[in-house]
Amino acid sequence: MREYLEIYLCFLKIGSIAFGGGYALLPILQKDLDENRHWATTEELMDYFAIGQCTPGVIAVNVATFIGYKKKGIMGALAANLGFLTVPVILILIIAAFLSNFAELDIVKHAFGGIRVCVCVLIIQAVLRLWKKSIVDKVTLAMAIIIFLLAAVPLPFSVPTALLVVLAGLCGILLGNETRSLKDGDPS
Amino acid sequence: MILIRLILSFCKIGLFSIGGGMATLPFLYELSAHTHWFSYQDIANMIAVSESTPGPLGINMSTYAGYVTAGIPGGILASLGLAFPSFVVIIIVSKFLERFKNSKTVQKAFYGLRPASIALIAAAGLNVAKTSLLNTELFSTTHQIGDLFLIKPILLAVFLFIGQKKWKLHPVLWILAAAVIGILFQF
Repeated sequence: MREYLEIYLCFLKIGSIAFGGGYALLPILQKDLDENRHWATTEELMDYFAIGQCTPGVIAVNVATFIGYKKKGIMGALAANLGFLTVPVILILIIAAFLSNFAELDIVKHAFGGIRVCVCVLIIQAVLRLWKKSIVDKVTLAMAIIIFLLAAVPLPFSVPTALLVVLAGLCGILLGNETRSLKDGDPS
Repeated sequence: MILIRLILSFCKIGLFSIGGGMATLPFLYELSAHTHWFSYQDIANMIAVSESTPGPLGINMSTYAGYVTAGIPGGILASLGLAFPSFVVIIIVSKFLERFKNSKTVQKAFYGLRPASIALIAAAGLNVAKTSLLNTELFSTTHQIGDLFLIKPILLAVFLFIGQKKWKLHPVLWILAAAVIGILFQF
């Protein structure tokens, strides 16, 4: 029981600071789950993000389910889910009931102007830190650049993110060398 | 019976929206047109509120729609309905991964998935940077390069970047600090 409570509280905290969409969550998860609690390695977190991208539902909730399940099975996954959802649901209920003009309040606008800058910096730092773990050779470097361009540059047609992830997985199966994914890769 | 219809509707959205919060949008518009539980204007407002509160847009939207339709129980049940399908799918994927963790094919797939993961994160970072550090709207009308950059946010970004390298604090403290600075300096 104590362990479920611990999972619930951990994700309660993460859910209450999960601003700016799923990806902004990665630096927070990395700090809490890898460095502080050792519930999952950074590599595992990245894998969960990639899978969460091509399965139904919200990425952040999917990552919470993965971690909870890994820790304590289905009940652990449930605890993580409920923990993650508690604060966002309560906040929206309060806003819906009392603060219909919440997003237009000056203090809210200014605060989130600042928070968005912080989220942006957190994401950049996460990318810098994760670089070494995912870009292990020329093949992965080329893949990362192509996917970044397809996802970031406005194109006349839009490529669904889920499709990009599935294709990346297939490329890995075709081109990958499984020993490389575990070690540092060939230096050539 | 509105509660059961709410749960089922949001279950359906949860099952078919793949790839994050914005993917729920087309389904929300459809639900609005069919049921009139909430208006298009509500959806637009909710996108703004969602950007200013924690939690994914899909969840925020289902809480809001559930609340306006059937009060507090509606808000809670609609959110759970949205989360339920992905919960089941992830449990199945987890069981699969557990069994095939050491298979060469799965290892090779991850070799490809990790660069995809980092590229998508970087793309998301670029999008946040565009909206928080640059003023593309003003720039597109004036074409003055000085109008493109928002000075105060860029200074804050530099400060945060150096600060985070120097002091290993929990990210939430940086988020709080940024909020306070945003309020004090009127971002």
